[in-house]
Amino acid sequence: MLTLLGVAVVVVGFAVRLNPLLVVVLAAFVTGWAAGLSPVEVLAAFGKAFNTNRYVSATYLILPVIGLAERAGLQERARTLIGRLKGVSVGPLLIVYLLFRQLTAALGLTPIAGQAQTIRPMVAPMAEAAAEAHAGALDAATRQDVRAMAAATDNIGLFFGEDIFIAIGSVLLMVGFLATSGIVIDPIHLSLWAIPTAVVAFAIHAGRLILFDRRLRKRAAA
Amino acid sequence: MIGLSVVYGLAGLVFAAFALLSAPDRTNRKRFGNVLFWGLVATSFLAGDCLGDLGNGVLVLGLVLIAGTGQLGRGQPATTSPDERKALAARFGERLFIPALILPVVVAFGVLVLTPMRLAEGPLLDPKQATLISLALAAVIATGVGLISLRQPLLSPLQEGRRLVDTVGWAALLPQMLAALGAIFALAGVGQAIGALVTAWIPMDARLTAVAVYCLGMAGFTLVMGNAFAAFPVLMAGVGLPILIGKFHGDPAVVASIGMLSGFCGTLMTPLAANFNLVPAALLELPDRYAVIKAQIPTALPLLIANMVLMYVLAFR
Repeated sequence: MLTLLGVAVVVVGFAVRLNPLLVVVLAAFVTGWAAGLSPVEVLAAFGKAFNTNRYVSATYLILPVIGLAERAGLQERARTLIGRLKGVSVGPLLIVYLLFRQLTAALGLTPIAGQAQTIRPMVAPMAEAAAEAHAGALDAATRQDVRAMAAATDNIGLFFGEDIFIAIGSVLLMVGFLATSGIVIDPIHLSLWAIPTAVVAFAIHAGRLILFDRRLRKRAAA
Repeated sequence: MIGLSVVYGLAGLVFAAFALLSAPDRTNRKRFGNVLFWGLVATSFLAGDCLGDLGNGVLVLGLVLIAGTGQLGRGQPATTSPDERKALAARFGERLFIPALILPVVVAFGVLVLTPMRLAEGPLLDPKQATLISLALAAVIATGVGLISLRQPLLSPLQEGRRLVDTVGWAALLPQMLAALGAIFALAGVGQAIGALVTAWIPMDARLTAVAVYCLGMAGFTLVMGNAFAAFPVLMAGVGLPILIGKFHGDPAVVASIGMLSGFCGTLMTPLAANFNLVPAALLELPDRYAVIKAQIPTALPLLIANMVLMYVLAFR
C-alpha cells in the first residue's frame, strides 16, 4: 500500500497548485522510496524514462510555423472570415469542428488538427468572433469560456474519433494485451464497438454547445 | 530508414535557437533562466542518448530547479503590432491559410503515402513513428512556404516559435515528465496495488456492479495516472477478464473497447493529461490553468454513464 503514497503526492500537489514539474519529481522519489529504491536509482530510472519519452515534446516543432502565420495576421484573418459568414454562431461553428475532428480522427488522421495547429491560430479566434457577432464585445470571463470550449471540443472530437481507426495506439494496446491473455481478436471489432460511444459523445457535446450558445446570447441580452 | 533521430536532431536545433535568441532579449528580466531551461531541453534532444541514465536524471533536476524556483520568464520578441496584423491580414487574404493547410496535407501524405513506401533495405520511414516524422516534415515544409509566400523575415519563425513556447512555459515539458513518472509508477507496481485494492473491497456478484466498477475504475484510474493506457491492463486483468468476460461471458471486443473509452472520459477530467488539458490553457493564455478541464467535465460525466449503459446492453447480447 505504501507504493500509493506517490499518487497521493500527485493529487495533493496538483490540488494546492504547486509547480507541477516539482510535484512530478517529488512523486517519483516518494514512489521509488516506497518501492525500496535508493534516490540515485530513482533519478537514473526517471532520467532513462524522460529520455525515451522525448517524442512527446518533439511535437513543439510546429510552433515556429504557427507563430510565423500569426505574425502575418492569421488570427485576424480567421476572425474576418467568420464576420463574412453572417449569422454563423459559436455553437454551430464548434459543432462542425467537432464532427470534422471525429471523422478525420476515425480515418487515422489525428495529427492534422490540434491545440497548437488549429485551435490557437484559427478555431478559437473564429469562435470568439462568432460570439462577438451575436453578443457584442466579450468580457474577460466570457472570452475565457469561449476559448476553453474550443479547446475542449478538439479533445473530445479527437478522443472519441481515434479509436474507430484500427491502427491507433490504444487499439493496438488492447489487441496485444488480450492476445497475451489468450483472447485473439481482430482489431476491426474493437474499432466497430467504438462507434456507439462516438455517436453518444457527439450528441452530448453538440447538445452542450447549443446550450452554451444560448447562454452567451442571454448573457448579452441581460 | 528515416527514424526518430532526425526528428530529435531538428527539435534540438530549434530549442537551441530558442535558448540563444532568449539571451539578448531585454524585455525578459529572467532571460538567463530561459536560456538555461531551453538549452537543457536542446541538450536532451541532441545528446540525450550519450548522457547516460543518471546524466539524464540530473538534467531533469536542472529543469525542475529552474521552473520550480520561478526562474523561467516570458520573452517578448519584436513582432508586428495588432494594427499591422490587421493590415497584413487584409493584404494577404486567404493566402494566410496556406501554411496552416500545408500541415495537414503533408501529414496525411506522410501517413498514407510515404509510410507504406519501402526502399531496398527496408521501410522509408520508421513505421512506429511515422506520424511524428510526417509532422516534423510538414512543419519544415510549411515554414519554408510560409516564409516565402508571406514574405516574413528569415528569423521570424524561430522568434515567433520562442514567443509561443515562452507562453506555454514550463508546462511544455509537463507531458514528457508525466510520461516518465508513469514509468516509475510501473516500476513500483502502483497499478497492481490499486487494482488489488479495488477487487478486494468491492463485491461484484451482479453483472451491473461489475460493469460499473470496471468503467468507473477505468475513468478513476486514468484520473490519477493521467493515461488510459496505464489503466487498461490493470482493470482488464482485475475485473474485465475474470469477471465480465470469464464469469458473465461478455463480448471481449465490447468490454475492451468501451472500457478504453471510459478511460478517455477520465483523461478529459485530469490535470495529469497535461498535453490535452494544461498546455492548451497556456497556449490560449487562459488565466485559469484548469479552465479546459472545467469545460470538459460536463461532457465527460454523462458520457461515462452512457458508456456503462452501452456496455451493459451491448456486451451481453
